[in-house]
Amino acid sequence: MGIVSPGFHGRRRPGGENLPPGQYLVTDFPVLSAGPTPRVDLASWEFRVTTETGQAHAWDWSAFRALPSEQITVDLHCVTKWSKLQTPWRGVPVDTLLAEVETSADFALARSYGGYTTNLPVADLLGGQAWVAFEYDGDPLTAEHGGPARLLVPHLYLWKSAKWVTGIDLLTQDEPGFWETLGYHNYGDPWQEQRYWGD
Amino acid sequence: MAGAAVLGRLTWRAGTVASVRDETATARTIALKIPSWPGHRSGQHVDVRLTAADGYSAQRSYSIASAWAGDQVELTVQRLPDGEVSPYLAQVLAAGDPLELRGPIGGWFVWEPAPAPVLLVAGGSGLVPLMAMIRTRAAAGAQAPFRLVYSVRGPGDALYAEELAERQRRGDGLHVAYVYTRTTPAGWPVPPGRIGAGVLTAPGWTPERRPAVFVCGPTGFVEAAADLLVSGGHDPRAIKTERFGPSGGQS
Amino acid sequence: MSTHLDGNVLGGELGELFTADVTAATGQCASCGAVSAIAQTLVYTHAPGLVARCPSCTGVMLRLVRGPGRAWLDLRGITCLQLTPPGQP
Repeated sequence: MGIVSPGFHGRRRPGGENLPPGQYLVTDFPVLSAGPTPRVDLASWEFRVTTETGQAHAWDWSAFRALPSEQITVDLHCVTKWSKLQTPWRGVPVDTLLAEVETSADFALARSYGGYTTNLPVADLLGGQAWVAFEYDGDPLTAEHGGPARLLVPHLYLWKSAKWVTGIDLLTQDEPGFWETLGYHNYGDPWQEQRYWGD
Repeated sequence: MAGAAVLGRLTWRAGTVASVRDETATARTIALKIPSWPGHRSGQHVDVRLTAADGYSAQRSYSIASAWAGDQVELTVQRLPDGEVSPYLAQVLAAGDPLELRGPIGGWFVWEPAPAPVLLVAGGSGLVPLMAMIRTRAAAGAQAPFRLVYSVRGPGDALYAEELAERQRRGDGLHVAYVYTRTTPAGWPVPPGRIGAGVLTAPGWTPERRPAVFVCGPTGFVEAAADLLVSGGHDPRAIKTERFGPSGGQS
Repeated sequence: MSTHLDGNVLGGELGELFTADVTAATGQCASCGAVSAIAQTLVYTHAPGLVARCPSCTGVMLRLVRGPGRAWLDLRGITCLQLTPPGQP
């Protein structure tokens, strides 16, 4: 631990909530990004699921928005240690999207506009655990928070909830993504504090 | 010469606040005493780390404002309204307190005394590392002509105003041109506005004179100023830039 | 924030790992071939790690993550890094 700075508290609020280990509560909504914010035109937006056999199913924006969606309220836990609780979203369950394809793949790689990737087990995308979200707090998702649509997988650290998502590849072999190839944990369960390799 | 010591790798170390002095209503200079300070070059910065009692920490970079003088290092911190670190440094930190830092950092955005003319372009608190260059020039008795173009919102936001005026009065080759973007001093000949090509040009300061150019400030300011300089004919390789956070400081 | 700083801010983290000044080193972008000083890269700092992008094409040149007791550095985005060993002018 560094030298204590007398009188310094930082921006966060006291915890006291049921937070995963090492997290602190925030009331704003921090914006983290590894690159320029993609500006995606809805007329060319696409969400594509590609299976391990090369089959693909794609939705354009109107087809995507025609799918049944649901309102959800979830807690967010970022590996940089902030947590934001009870966040309201609207999105299409990934179960709905994956129901359209035939697959026996165990692994998934989410891809984003701008090149970001993150990997998850297919099992973690199913069973009501994941959405492709397009509204936050009743408004269309802003570009800085991942709009037009982002992946939302609240039971894992937030880096798995790929912003500006454009598709999911279903794979027979796990393929670590952008942060998973650079020291971040391959799975990322905040409740077991799986931040880095070997945790 | 400053920086002649071979540093090895950087590590965190503690300095002690010797004194603080207000520069403007929202900016303050912190004078630190750092034992075994190896010296620094003008343009370099330090990383500052604050740690709360429960271990929570936050870290930001601040340019060194002073010329090298033994174990004394000065930082000038602009307080940002929603900052996490700057309000602590600009208002809470007091003489006698410790401050953990890492430095000196930076081998690219630096000026060491040399004969070539130097054009300095500052936006807001971007003046801080350029002021270290001006002070280093004076301390070394260097003769290289210096021109500072300093863009601020209004006269109350200008850092080191009296010192810059005094240094200009000495007539030893420093000239300062102000750009006021929101409010101007009484009697100012032009209305407020952003930096433009005109102020970046002056008699004796054309690209043909091949000045070294240093631009520092918020990202948007730096990119606008650098574009103006390049379109004005300056060689991009002669322009060195340092970007601060969007509000003109590191927050 | 999605705005960026520049490679000057990498000096502290890289200075703990290397004795040569990496920010003053020049690197060729593996995506587009442009050569820049690392200090000139576009650096996104509000992220789980530091990402430095080519000022010409925004391709990723360098990535750095610091974890407890470990650091991970990816330089695949740089074809070749030209450094000045410390102690030399």
